[in-house]
Amino acid sequence: MSVDTSEVRRIAHLSRLAMNDDQTRDFAGGLSDIFAFVEQLNGAAIEGVEPMAHPLDAEQRLRPDAVTEPDQREAYQAIAPAVEGGLYLVPRVIE
Amino acid sequence: MAQETLSGWVRKLQAREISSRELTQLYLDRIERLDPQLNSFITVTAEQALAQADAADARLAKGEQSPLLGVPVAQKDIFCTEGVRTSCGSRMLDPFVSPYNATVVERMNAAGAVMLGKTNMDEFAMGSSNETSFYGPVRNPWDTERVPGGSSGGSAAAVGARLVPGATGTDTGGSIRQPAAFCGITGLKPTYGRVSRYGMIAFASSLDQGGPMAATAEDCGRMLNAMAGFDERDSTSVERPAEDFTAGLEQDLKGLRIGLPTEFFGEAGLDERVRGVIDAAIEVLKGRGAEVREVGLPNSHLSVPAYYVVAPAECSSNLARFDGVRYGYRCENPEDLMDLYTRSRGEGFGDEVKRRIMVGTYVLSAGYYDAYYLKAQKVRRIIADDFCRAFEDVDVLLAPTTPELPFALGAKADPVSMYLSDIYTIAANLAGLPAMSLPAGEIDGLPVGLQLIGNYFDEARLLGVAHQYQQETDWHARVPAAFA
Repeated sequence: MSVDTSEVRRIAHLSRLAMNDDQTRDFAGGLSDIFAFVEQLNGAAIEGVEPMAHPLDAEQRLRPDAVTEPDQREAYQAIAPAVEGGLYLVPRVIE
Repeated sequence: MAQETLSGWVRKLQAREISSRELTQLYLDRIERLDPQLNSFITVTAEQALAQADAADARLAKGEQSPLLGVPVAQKDIFCTEGVRTSCGSRMLDPFVSPYNATVVERMNAAGAVMLGKTNMDEFAMGSSNETSFYGPVRNPWDTERVPGGSSGGSAAAVGARLVPGATGTDTGGSIRQPAAFCGITGLKPTYGRVSRYGMIAFASSLDQGGPMAATAEDCGRMLNAMAGFDERDSTSVERPAEDFTAGLEQDLKGLRIGLPTEFFGEAGLDERVRGVIDAAIEVLKGRGAEVREVGLPNSHLSVPAYYVVAPAECSSNLARFDGVRYGYRCENPEDLMDLYTRSRGEGFGDEVKRRIMVGTYVLSAGYYDAYYLKAQKVRRIIADDFCRAFEDVDVLLAPTTPELPFALGAKADPVSMYLSDIYTIAANLAGLPAMSLPAGEIDGLPVGLQLIGNYFDEARLLGVAHQYQQETDWHARVPAAFA
């Protein structure tokens, strides 16, 4: 499968990755090669095979619905790029 | 001095022949003097290391016998370390000082290990050459014009050059074994679920597994004893009683059934000289009583393509958390929220990470899920089933770790040719099996790795086979001349 630049722009947008035109062109080549490579999977004999999501086919472990983690708001906010009054700052969303 | 193994140092520390402070200083001096040639460390934590060493000396003075008490180690920079930058080799996490420790770090600290620093790696563990790191490439101590392998290339190069006796790695598609092979050391990827993933920055969660890297199988067993164990904070951690991974070291090889997967020897890409080294290693094991037979893994040729659907899919989902809001890199002067997200990610991630995020986003997008992700998961099962059938007839599988010798920096510019460097390692990740690489020879002054793959939870047996091989050979004891 070949990926053109408009497709790369679409995927980059879904991936939330800013990209200029040169980068879009460069990625089109690499992504096309990768999708061509994974086409080998089309020849696999997988009729009736159950998909494998976990190597040991383990099931989700449940735990009691109890508080286990202490409040670490200050420690976690100390490493944020921008905080004020205990809130994470982002550009204005609502005018 | 620095030729001594991790296990050897533990014995000398216990016998009080050297203090942890002296030993820590010895390796810190080596890092300062020699690492500029390699770039194997992103962060050196000298002050904290000496404080940990003093604490270890106090415990040693009281006669304590923790498995790693007083011995210097390094942590791959993918493991969160409280109060110490945890970059994952990425600009995205360059400003990130972790507020907590990974379970692996916590357990190794408790066992008395002294952390010298954080090792360099491919960005977010995505790479096979350590060239994708934001902090620059790592160089191979056997030839500094060549790559050390990846993604745990910093750990492999540091141990290979004896800048540290042992280091942690992580292995999603070969990231412990391939660099171990390229740097002439021993490295083990445990069974999926053995080592907690809590605080280990996620790449592909159904494949990622941490493990030890050191000079010998004995060292790896000793480290794994400290690293492994059930952790309720990792939802895929396996609940099994604690095990001594050094218990099988003295087991002789009489009657051991070794399988040689035909597909791992017949591939066109296998360097004949590498094949020669592996053949010689097989003779050594036969000489100690092992029986060798061929086995088939008929779907193994689908491993790399299946991996490059499953791993990017999981990566795109895991790396969605990096948004420029809560921690990590944020772009300058964002115009609006979308601009903040897209530029923080666009500027914070390198090309290979972006490529994999985009592949993953695509294969999971509406209309493509069945054609890619679901299909790859089905292929994953038939690959795992092949191994289960093989282990009905044999105890361990033996193969080359890599098809070729360590390559030159810059030699693999296109992504797919780089991906094929892991052609022999990826299948064990897809199946979740334990596998290791150990040094088995040299060609033109470059090390060659031998791979052993075991059945689920059979790490002790793998380490035993490797240890028996290391009793007969000295490849694991060789150090590159420039670092001897």
